[in-house]
Amino acid sequence: MEEKVQLDKNIVTTKDAPKSPPGWKIVWREIVRDKVAFISLIFLVLLIVSVYGVSFFLDQEEIVKVDLFSIHQPPSEEFLLGTDYGGRDVFGQLIIGTRNSLSIGILVTLMTGVIGIIYGLIAGYFGGTIDNIMMRIVDFFMVLPFVMIVIVFVAIVPKYSILSFSLIMTAFLWMGKARLIRSKALQEKELDYVQASKTLGSSNLKIIFTQVLPNLSSIIIVSMTLNLAANIGLESGLSFLGFGFPESTPSLGTLVSYARNPQTLEFRWWIWVPASLLILVLMLSINNVGQALKRATDAKQRRG
Amino acid sequence: MWKFSLRRIITMIPQIILLSIVVFILAKMMPGDALTGLIDPNIDPSTIEEKREALGLNDPWYEQYANWISGVLHGDLGQSFKFKMPVSELVWQRLVNTFWLSVLTLIITYLIAVPLGITSGRFHDTWADRIITGYTYIGFAAPLFIFALVMLWIFGFYLDWFPTGGSVKPGIEPGTLDYFMSKVYHMLLPALSMALISTVSTVQYLRSEIIDTKQKDFILTARAKGASESRVYNRHILRNSLLPIAAFFGYEISGLIGGSIFIENIFGYPGMGQLFLNSILLRDYSVVTALVLLFGIFTILGSLLSDIVLSIVDPRIRIK
Repeated sequence: MEEKVQLDKNIVTTKDAPKSPPGWKIVWREIVRDKVAFISLIFLVLLIVSVYGVSFFLDQEEIVKVDLFSIHQPPSEEFLLGTDYGGRDVFGQLIIGTRNSLSIGILVTLMTGVIGIIYGLIAGYFGGTIDNIMMRIVDFFMVLPFVMIVIVFVAIVPKYSILSFSLIMTAFLWMGKARLIRSKALQEKELDYVQASKTLGSSNLKIIFTQVLPNLSSIIIVSMTLNLAANIGLESGLSFLGFGFPESTPSLGTLVSYARNPQTLEFRWWIWVPASLLILVLMLSINNVGQALKRATDAKQRRG
Repeated sequence: MWKFSLRRIITMIPQIILLSIVVFILAKMMPGDALTGLIDPNIDPSTIEEKREALGLNDPWYEQYANWISGVLHGDLGQSFKFKMPVSELVWQRLVNTFWLSVLTLIITYLIAVPLGITSGRFHDTWADRIITGYTYIGFAAPLFIFALVMLWIFGFYLDWFPTGGSVKPGIEPGTLDYFMSKVYHMLLPALSMALISTVSTVQYLRSEIIDTKQKDFILTARAKGASESRVYNRHILRNSLLPIAAFFGYEISGLIGGSIFIENIFGYPGMGQLFLNSILLRDYSVVTALVLLFGIFTILGSLLSDIVLSIVDPRIRIK
């Protein structure tokens, strides 16, 4: 009888305790409090909306068509940012390039995310021998020289397309996420709620995907945001070397790659400087938002 | 320490074997084989078939792999399709160039990282720290190739302080002081560009490490004993924070390899990264295969070296 009273008291006290604010509210407060992150977020939203919006009205075929009568023209009213060596409008390529770079960045981030999360969850949750074997495979992938391997694959894959490019990138980029998720899952499976679920007879799959996974969601979102910035950088770097998108599908890196011609680098800034600045600002803003999210997930670091 | 090192070396062996298998499969997927480029296309197909048989190209894959790997172990990396010379000869000169570029990059990286990291950690939350963190923040986000292009534009073309390509001024006698100086002069801008970006993570690490150590109990004890501020830093804090950084150079190797492909391409520096891109463009796949294998082995050896040095420097790692 006494025990029951005790229990009731407990329930009452938990009811009275102030409720902690919901997750999205913490995130929002953190971003608003950090001016730089807030500006970055607004910039990103505006950029994404305008790039996808404007490129809807632009015709990619039209823009990448060579026009020999207007080669290397400086910025003018007709061509806002001048033209490149094929007489193609740089401004139009910039818009489409940003769209393509963003799209592939998001695609690769999602694909590496899904593979890395599933792989890491399985390795971390089951532990033991399974974990050991799975992590040795990850270790092996980690020592492969990433840029070289991707370039080799891009060069030898027949019927090379945007899809195969993103698959190649994904194949050598999922390990970081797998490692992170595995280490978190290892900690998570020791917690009481997992043990309780097991005792109640829930299947392992159910525990992994409906209980452990939601508890890791904040870490996943943070790391995926930071990955997005890194992937855009990697894609534009590979396109810069000529092993990313084919030239008929411009990316930000393709525009920068024209600067490998010393004449363009020295005298035709309008071709490569805007694209370079855009890559830099894009990566900085995504990083800023990512850092604010990171602080929001860690109560010790919060500013808001 | 010996136990740890031995175990670490044993775990490395399967990695190298796996790497060689992956590289071998890649080589098989590439169009062309050891005969491409050696023969005249007008030769009778049956003669080609005989030669293929003689070279063992029709053997099952595991025999071909065994042949290839024993060749590699003897230093025979095959023949270049395009230049009709042994790959090892082609690679050697480039390897030396890339080696010196990487050494210079590492030196500059540490020359920048140590003072910045210490300043930033020791005087954290001052204006100096804020400037340094701002730099690391931008350096972390800025892609290497864009930064290198801007450096080349400003210092190579606009100010004309540095050469914009090559590894040495043509017409200088090798072995003289002039030759050496010209080499360093040509390496300086590429190395500086790469170092300014790659140093960022080391600065961040050093900063957080110092801030962390500053609040530990043994520092309080040292202060309580009356140790001067400089003694606390030089004797107690830096000893704990600097040594691990010294061991990081092995991990940097994989970054240097990735970076060298961009840097050598932008600055026209004749190293392995440039050779790699040129060979891909020329479809000289035997060279490509050899380079991927070499770079992979360097990465593995680099992380091995760092792990062992770290275990000597920091005994906590060995205990596991």
